Amino acid sequence: MTGPSRIAPGGETLGFTFDGVAYRARAGDSLAAALLANGVGLVGRSFKYHRPRGVLSAGVEEPNALVTVGEGGRTEPNTRATDLFVYEGLVARSQNRWPSLGVDFGAAIGLFSKALPPGFYYKTFFGPAKRWLRYEWFIRRAAGLGPAPTLPDPDRFSQRAAFTDVLVVGGGPAGLTAALEAAEAGRRVILVEQDAMLGASLVRDADLPAQAWLGETVDRLHALGARILTRTTASGYWDHNFLSLTQRLAEPGAIPTHCVAQRLWHVRALQVVLAAGAIERPIAFTNNDRPGVMLSQAVRTYVRRFGVLPGCRVVIATNNDDAYRTAQALAEAGAEIVAVLDARPRPADVAERFPVFWNARPASVEGSRHHLRRVSAIVDGAERSWNADLLAVSGGFVPAAHLHMQAGGKLDWNEGAQAFTPGATPQACVTIGAAASPPASTVSAPVGHPKKSFVDFQNDVTLADIDLAWAEGYRSVEHLKRYTTLGMATDQGKTSNMLALARLAEKGRVAIPDAGLTTFRPPFTPATMGLLGGPAARHAGAHVRRIALHDSHAALNPIWQPLGYWFRPRAYPRGTETLAQASLREARSVRTGVGMADVSTLAKFEVTGPDAAAFLELVCATSVSKLAAGRGRYTFMLREDGMVFDDGTVWRVAEHRYLLTSSTGGADRMAAHISYVRNCLRPDLRVSAVNVQEHYAGIALAGPRARETLAALAGTTLPRHMSIEPGEIGGIPVWLLAASYSGERAFEIYAEATRIAPVWTALAAAVEAADGCPYGLEAMELLRIEKGHIVVGGEVDGRLTPHDLGLEKMLNKAGGFVGASGLGRPALSDRGRRELVGLEALAGTIPEGAMLVTAEGCPPEGHVTASARHILHGGSIALAHLADGRYRHAEELIATSPTRGLATRVRVVSPHFYDPAGDRYRD
Amino acid sequence: MYLIPCPHCGPRAQVEFTYERTVDSVVQPDAATGVAMRALFTRANPMGLDEEIWRHSFGCRAWMVLTRHRVTHAIEAVRAVGPEALP
Repeated sequence: MTGPSRIAPGGETLGFTFDGVAYRARAGDSLAAALLANGVGLVGRSFKYHRPRGVLSAGVEEPNALVTVGEGGRTEPNTRATDLFVYEGLVARSQNRWPSLGVDFGAAIGLFSKALPPGFYYKTFFGPAKRWLRYEWFIRRAAGLGPAPTLPDPDRFSQRAAFTDVLVVGGGPAGLTAALEAAEAGRRVILVEQDAMLGASLVRDADLPAQAWLGETVDRLHALGARILTRTTASGYWDHNFLSLTQRLAEPGAIPTHCVAQRLWHVRALQVVLAAGAIERPIAFTNNDRPGVMLSQAVRTYVRRFGVLPGCRVVIATNNDDAYRTAQALAEAGAEIVAVLDARPRPADVAERFPVFWNARPASVEGSRHHLRRVSAIVDGAERSWNADLLAVSGGFVPAAHLHMQAGGKLDWNEGAQAFTPGATPQACVTIGAAASPPASTVSAPVGHPKKSFVDFQNDVTLADIDLAWAEGYRSVEHLKRYTTLGMATDQGKTSNMLALARLAEKGRVAIPDAGLTTFRPPFTPATMGLLGGPAARHAGAHVRRIALHDSHAALNPIWQPLGYWFRPRAYPRGTETLAQASLREARSVRTGVGMADVSTLAKFEVTGPDAAAFLELVCATSVSKLAAGRGRYTFMLREDGMVFDDGTVWRVAEHRYLLTSSTGGADRMAAHISYVRNCLRPDLRVSAVNVQEHYAGIALAGPRARETLAALAGTTLPRHMSIEPGEIGGIPVWLLAASYSGERAFEIYAEATRIAPVWTALAAAVEAADGCPYGLEAMELLRIEKGHIVVGGEVDGRLTPHDLGLEKMLNKAGGFVGASGLGRPALSDRGRRELVGLEALAGTIPEGAMLVTAEGCPPEGHVTASARHILHGGSIALAHLADGRYRHAEELIATSPTRGLATRVRVVSPHFYDPAGDRYRD
Repeated sequence: MYLIPCPHCGPRAQVEFTYERTVDSVVQPDAATGVAMRALFTRANPMGLDEEIWRHSFGCRAWMVLTRHRVTHAIEAVRAVGPEALP
């Protein structure tokens, strides 16, 4: 058909454009219906061969008619024209063509289709990795559907949770009946229908009494308080009857009239009723993907629901009775039925209203890239052909068992329908309607040319491709799927899976149920990223926690850095200083005078009770019980397999009261670990372990002038190294801890987080008077690397033992701590393990993350975990993991980063670059 | 997403909970190395009911043991951890 094809003219009140051409549509038209009504036959190009494609279906199973809809940030690619209702001003564009849909240079690929067999990539793209970078450019040019939008989506997306007694999926006669029954029994009911209107097959097939029943039923459901959601798809069926629903409140690309464009529902249902219907199966024959070949029920939907006649001279190919209703509908609308090709043998007595050919199977079609011209068939073994502009096909029906399968259900083979139907399920769900009992059909072998008989329209998989995969030894349907990409497009094989299974069974000479099935996974239809992101899509995904001293830092205008949940100052640049300049100045201030830093985010636990020491000796791999009151020490914790997973300090505040600190980033993990040890392993201990991470805020004061600076403020005797004393600063009670992370004499001052600000202010004034300054994370990093202090997430990466990190002398000799058993593994004392070392550059800068090799091209023997420089006299240094590292001091290696084109010669040294004996802070 | 019957709070969505480990992979700190490694790395992993330790991390924070079917995901029983230590 080449012109407008409304059965009755008029009523076209909406304007829309397709590829820049303006058209008119009726309210309620799907985009596919509107395009057909305007005589647009060619709507897209196929993925691989760029073959011309038209509308195949009238529902979400559509593999061909994919368009990009909307403009700017509202652009939505790969939207099914059959699942998109026209609104005023809709802008749709065809995809996968250049320069235009009609003249597509990519179609030349089709001429070379022999060169694109299944497994094309595996068979073609051999060679060195560098060549892949070239291949990728061509692959990305040639493949792909609509490009993703580049602008932020201006719309809002929301999420909502609901509980219900009965969730009914599908608003056809079966679903409506079930919903009404449940609602009348007093149950809470939610009914979802992905279409814009309820009724499903009633809209397509029903007579007037049935239409009246539809209206009454919907009214009754509303009156009983049932929640009816149209334009809502049950897209995921998860454990314990938990379903996700995707609701479109605005059509794709449209400006929403509600406050949100889409809503994601999380529904927990006591009972689920699946009434999702059945999807019609295409038939394989030569050029069966041409515009003008459509599914039979879809044709009927366009005629009856949308008042559109997709063709005037129609051939119908079927293997079941349902297609005769399509013939009837077309005839009533004024189309000429030139032939009905029925694959079944002629029944004994049959009244034929149409020219029916029995034992007839379609063999091929011919036509332009826009329209169909001729249909050929094999009738009783002889070839016949007809002029026609539409071929309606029905190869049987495949129950929409997707949700049933997602729920963990089994499928049973229904011989009469030649289809899988839902069987047993482990969840409280039941399938009814056409999804449970599809119409009978008789499937027979295809007669077209396998190379042009398409199975998966969207990924361009033909019968010949399946045959080739079989010939190459792919027997399992899961392998076939991955090798040919069958069913892996955005339609997930809704129309193709059964055709492929039938071919596979034919090849293997097994029954279809023995050929196997692929897995059905959510979502049932594609979901937009905005919907899945929900309200969080507008903000950062993670929550932001402000540290207690946020405002004090903000006044200094620092460079912020996210760390764990927090934002912490990275450096406090002055004037035009860069990050590197500022951090070096701050670090030098600590090495030569005094500096102060916010250390509030460290994990902190208060452990109290008569068994506190015993508990800490479980959690910590170092000895704790020998610690005198008022003293503290460095400690580290092991996983059960003996690997170090965190470190910190432990302080005995009083006889039965300890403070344990550990890393900021591992705080939640440590809190969970402590709770596990306390509650699951040793609930008998008389101990309480409380997370006080955010109760206390802390400030570190470090440098050769730290003692005099603090003494002037605190007015009490200051604690000796690794001791803790109570004190008072600026009228605020504080804990004074003497511990050094920087390598200089240092103190940590802790106060209640809500009262810390005056302490910071007082310290800041004293530090400034002593020519010092605050320092940020970057300076802290320079200081600790030079000192050789490890950090969780850097040197502590979960793969190193205390011995590997040089901590073995501190292990609790008595054992009994978590991880002690794991440390006993013989392999952990083998040579060749990665061990902590220091590196000094012979020239240049050691690249962070670089591999360590003995010569270019040799296998890596370790990697750089942190790179810095000598703070006072320059020269690049680094911490690294190196195989057998502790035995290789003085060896020269290359630190190389090929992806960045960086390489530096380095010498292996002790990781303690600065004051290895600790003379600068010991008393 | 599971609906987990917390012994203290009643049925709650899985997002509120954290999975810890199976009961048979609990390692006592004084276990012999062989015993500990078998618990960690060669677990029973039955195709049926198994006992698992979970925590209601974003609720009451209590620990519990679920008897859960590893194929159907059905939760057959739940008990609070304590006052005795897990085996």
